[in-house]
Amino acid sequence: MKKKSLGAIFMDGLLFQNPILVQMLGVCSSLAVTTSLINALGMSAAVIVVLICSNIAISLLRKIIPDQVRIVSYIVVIAGFVTIVDLLMQAYLPSLADSLGIFIPLVVVNCIILARAEAFASKNGVIASAVDGIGMGLGYSVVICIIAFVRELIGSGTILGYEVFGGYYQPSSLFILPAGAFIVLGCTIACYQAVRNRKAARKEALK
Amino acid sequence: MEDRKKLLLVGTSPHMLTDDNTRSIMLDVLIAMAPALAAGTYFFGFRVLVMTVFSAAACVAFEFLWQLLMKKRSSIGDLSAVVTGVLLVFVLPASVPYWMVLVGDFFAIVVVKQLFGGLGKNFMNPALAGRVFLSGWATLLNTYPLPSTDPGYVKLPVFGNIPMTNGVPDAVTGATPLVAMKGGALPDQGILELFLGMKGGCVGEVSAALLLLGGIYLLVRKVITIRIPAGFLLTFGLLSLLFPPAGVPAFQWMLTSLLTGGVILGAVFMATDYSTSPVGPGAQWVFAAGCGLLTFVIRRFGAYNEGVAYSILIMNSTVWLLDKYIRPRRFGSGKKVKKEAEAIMAEIKRKNEGGEAL
Repeated sequence: MKKKSLGAIFMDGLLFQNPILVQMLGVCSSLAVTTSLINALGMSAAVIVVLICSNIAISLLRKIIPDQVRIVSYIVVIAGFVTIVDLLMQAYLPSLADSLGIFIPLVVVNCIILARAEAFASKNGVIASAVDGIGMGLGYSVVICIIAFVRELIGSGTILGYEVFGGYYQPSSLFILPAGAFIVLGCTIACYQAVRNRKAARKEALK
Repeated sequence: MEDRKKLLLVGTSPHMLTDDNTRSIMLDVLIAMAPALAAGTYFFGFRVLVMTVFSAAACVAFEFLWQLLMKKRSSIGDLSAVVTGVLLVFVLPASVPYWMVLVGDFFAIVVVKQLFGGLGKNFMNPALAGRVFLSGWATLLNTYPLPSTDPGYVKLPVFGNIPMTNGVPDAVTGATPLVAMKGGALPDQGILELFLGMKGGCVGEVSAALLLLGGIYLLVRKVITIRIPAGFLLTFGLLSLLFPPAGVPAFQWMLTSLLTGGVILGAVFMATDYSTSPVGPGAQWVFAAGCGLLTFVIRRFGAYNEGVAYSILIMNSTVWLLDKYIRPRRFGSGKKVKKEAEAIMAEIKRKNEGGEAL
């Protein structure tokens, strides 16, 4: 198998193998925390930090971890980093930690992190794994921030807590509710696929 | 060349001749909706008629623009967008602002219908999905103006929005019969008043009598079959008859339940939508019974006092499953035919073994 360049690994995470848009991983958290942009940013930071650290640690330990107990070992490593992030958030950003609530501890079982540990970090070197962590983490972050932006804008009429439309706008509570999350996520995936299909068709036409 | 015309041209089956097409069917649906629209206009003022025209025009415009944008052949001539526009207004209160109608139209036509592939490919009823999408503006959607037959009736402005204080429309509004029924009591209106439509509610749902008139027209024109409306109304009626709230006469409760809210509108015009209802007769009965059951369950046990829209949408999403597993019996197949065939085979075998010449 030909080794991928670091740039390709990064772009895979950000776009071509985007964890939410393509792999459909971590959808639960991306639906739950996207009620406001600030929540999404907090969640993004937590996921990026944990993903990079756990990818590096697991990549370093990949020769030591016995195959039979590898999933358990990954969880222990990830849980360690999540605990650090959780405690740091509670200490320095208590209000954000409050509004994210259970979803920070739940990063332990976030499919993206476990999937990258299993599918990438356990098979690749440290630097490649770190780059994969950054790419996948950013890919996740960009998508949940887009979803959160739309949901907060329509659902509350605000961006990062600031009113944008003035008094005339009446926000639709549907976008704060789970139904709105599904609609926005669905439309985001549809847009992404439409652009991708168009590019593929253009490539095909050039051949 | 002349001789050629006299030739009998024979093609392969099916040899069917009909003038029906999407346009003629949709036109029939529009004709069938006219009485209910007249009722809505009579009870809630001229605003209803203007809003219906506005909504239909907006739906057609959205469909046209989307197909222009996507470089697709325009299908606005088939009138299906007009039907969606009218149906959406039918399930909204007359006091909603015009922009809400526009948002609902956009969601119904662009997201629910066109994004899934256009006419016949949408898996949900566009008008109902549009209404449910608007439920985010809960206060506006749950304020029902009084009908013109009520002494407290105040005319709604034809154009523009209803003036509002703190996000609540100033229009004189009243509780719909469904609110009283949610509390387990019969509404103030009698059966005849409910049947004629003298009650608060959505624009198109108030007059049961005129909705049924439209339904009969559709049945006579064979646009719909009796299965879905009958299955829906029978299931819902039977459940209401069997389980009335404590201390309420069962039969009166059943009639009241059937005549309030959107049950008849849903059964006749919404659940019968071709692309979102099953094809096979058996599947149609199950679909209709599911709608009735869910409506009953939501009304009785749910948080909302009306459940027609949600139950139809939920059943819409099961249509592919129903069509897959409840198939009509093919001619010459099935248990009974198989048994008969086996009996004949056994007879032949017996005769052969008995040495009788065939």
